[in-house]
Amino acid sequence: MGVFDIIGPVMIGPSSSHTAGAARLGKMAGTILGEVPVKAVITLYGSFAQTYKGHGTDKALVAGLMGFAADDERIKDALSLAEKSGLEVVFKSSQGDYHPNTAEFELSGVSGKKARVRGASLGGGSIRITSIDGYEVEFAGEYYTLITIHQDKPGVIANITQILAQQNVNIAFMRVSRKQKGAQALMILETDQPIALRAINAMNELSGIQSALVVQPI
Amino acid sequence: MINFKYIAELVELAESSKKTIAEVVWGWESEESQCSSDVVWNKMHAGLKVMQDAVRQGLQEQEKSFSGLVGGDACRFTNADTFLGPVVAKAAAYALGVSEVNARMGKIVACPTAGSCGIVPGAILAVGEHLKCDDKVLVKALFTAAGIGAVISSNATVAGAVGGCQAECGSAAAMAAAAVTEMLGGTPKQSAHALALALKNLLGLVCDPVAGLVEVPCVKRNAFAAVHALLAAQMALAGIESVIPADEVIEAMYRIGLDLPRTLKETSEGGLAKTPTGERITEGING
Repeated sequence: MGVFDIIGPVMIGPSSSHTAGAARLGKMAGTILGEVPVKAVITLYGSFAQTYKGHGTDKALVAGLMGFAADDERIKDALSLAEKSGLEVVFKSSQGDYHPNTAEFELSGVSGKKARVRGASLGGGSIRITSIDGYEVEFAGEYYTLITIHQDKPGVIANITQILAQQNVNIAFMRVSRKQKGAQALMILETDQPIALRAINAMNELSGIQSALVVQPI
Repeated sequence: MINFKYIAELVELAESSKKTIAEVVWGWESEESQCSSDVVWNKMHAGLKVMQDAVRQGLQEQEKSFSGLVGGDACRFTNADTFLGPVVAKAAAYALGVSEVNARMGKIVACPTAGSCGIVPGAILAVGEHLKCDDKVLVKALFTAAGIGAVISSNATVAGAVGGCQAECGSAAAMAAAAVTEMLGGTPKQSAHALALALKNLLGLVCDPVAGLVEVPCVKRNAFAAVHALLAAQMALAGIESVIPADEVIEAMYRIGLDLPRTLKETSEGGLAKTPTGERITEGING
C-alpha cells in the first residue's frame, strides 16, 4: 500500500476494474503473445460479460492488446483503431467458475504464433494472470516477470537461475507448474531487477528451454 | 522509519515532528518506495496536472457518456446563476466535471477509486483558487489525502463491492476534508476531526448504480460529497470535534460495509438500480 494506490492510477475511465484493469489485462496478454496480434477471440466472464459495453471493457481490452497503457486517451477509439490496423477481434460471453471480472484471450500473431491467456481484474486497476496456454499460473505484472516454457527435467531451472545470479538479478517470487511429469513445464519468475535481453537470449540457448520471455511491469 | 497504521499515529507523528500530515506522508512514501522525495513529489504533481486537465475538460465538454445517461451537467451548473458561495459552487462544478470526464472515457486519477474521482480534486482545487495558492500547496494536499486514504484502505476498505459507496465516496470525502483542513492552516488533529466528521455523515451509503455503470447516481454524488467535505473541514477549523475518533469511525464504516447486503454493494441488484426507471435503463443498455 503506497500513496499512489490511493491517488492513482492515472487512467481512462470509467472504472478501475472494468476499464483500467481491462487495458492492463489486454496489454499483458499481448506481451505474452510477444508479437503484433492479428486476431483475438476474447471471452468475457461474470461481471465483465454483463456490463462490458457501458464500461468500455471491450475497448480497453483491445487497446491493451495493441500496447496502449491504461491512461492512453486512444482507448476510447480502440475498436476502430484495431480494425484499421488489421487486428480482427471477436467477443464472446461465457460462464465459468472464475473471478467475476475475467477475460480469456485466444491470440494469433503476425507470424502465426498463438497464445491463450486468461486473467482477472481485481479492482483498483490491479490484475492477475491465471492461465497461459493451459498452464495454471498466478502473477500480477507488478514485477519483472520471466516466463519460461521448458522440459520438466532436473537442472533446467538451475541453469535459468544461474543466469539470473550472474546478472545480479534477485528473484522475488517463483512458481513452476506442469501438466504431466517429465513433459513440458511452465515457470513464472518475478524479479526485483530488470532482466537484460542478453540474459533472455542466453536462456533461449539452454538445452531443455522451449521459450523464455520477459514481461515488464505494467 | 516512518510508520503509521492508524490516524491517531499519523497525527502523533506529525505533531511530534512539528510537520504537517502531508510532509509525514510524503516522507513515508519516499521511504517505502525507496524513491527520492523529488521523484515521489513529481509523480504526485503529475497526478495533480491530470486532475486540473480533467476539471478544465469537464467544464467545457458536453459530450454524453456511452449510455447517454450523463454528460453536460458541469457546464449547465457552471453557467447557471448560483446563490451558493463561490468555493462551494466551484467544488461542486469541478467534481461533476471530473466525474463526467470519467464517465465518457476521459483521463482521470482514481482517488481513491474512479467512481469517486471528482471529490478530492473538486474540493482542493476550489479551495486552492480561493487561497490563490500555487501547485505546491495542492500537491501537499494530495499527500494529506493519500495518507488518510491509505489508513482507511488498510484498516477498512475503499472498494464499493466490499463496503458500499460509503467506502468510495465516503472515503474520498474524508480524504478531501482532511486535505482542505490542512490547506487552510488547520492542525493535524483538526484534519483528523474533519475526516471523522465527513466519513461519519456518509456512513451506510450504499452502492446501487443503475445498469452497473459509474454514472447514476455516482456522477452527481461526487458533487455532493465534495461540498460535504468542505463543510466537515469548516466545522473542524471552527474547533468542532467529532465525538467518535477518526479510527473508530473508520472501523465502524468497515463493519457497516460488511453488514450491508450484497444487493447494495456494486451488484446493481437493489436500490436505485432496481427502480422501474433503473430497470428500464438497464434493459435499454444491456438488453
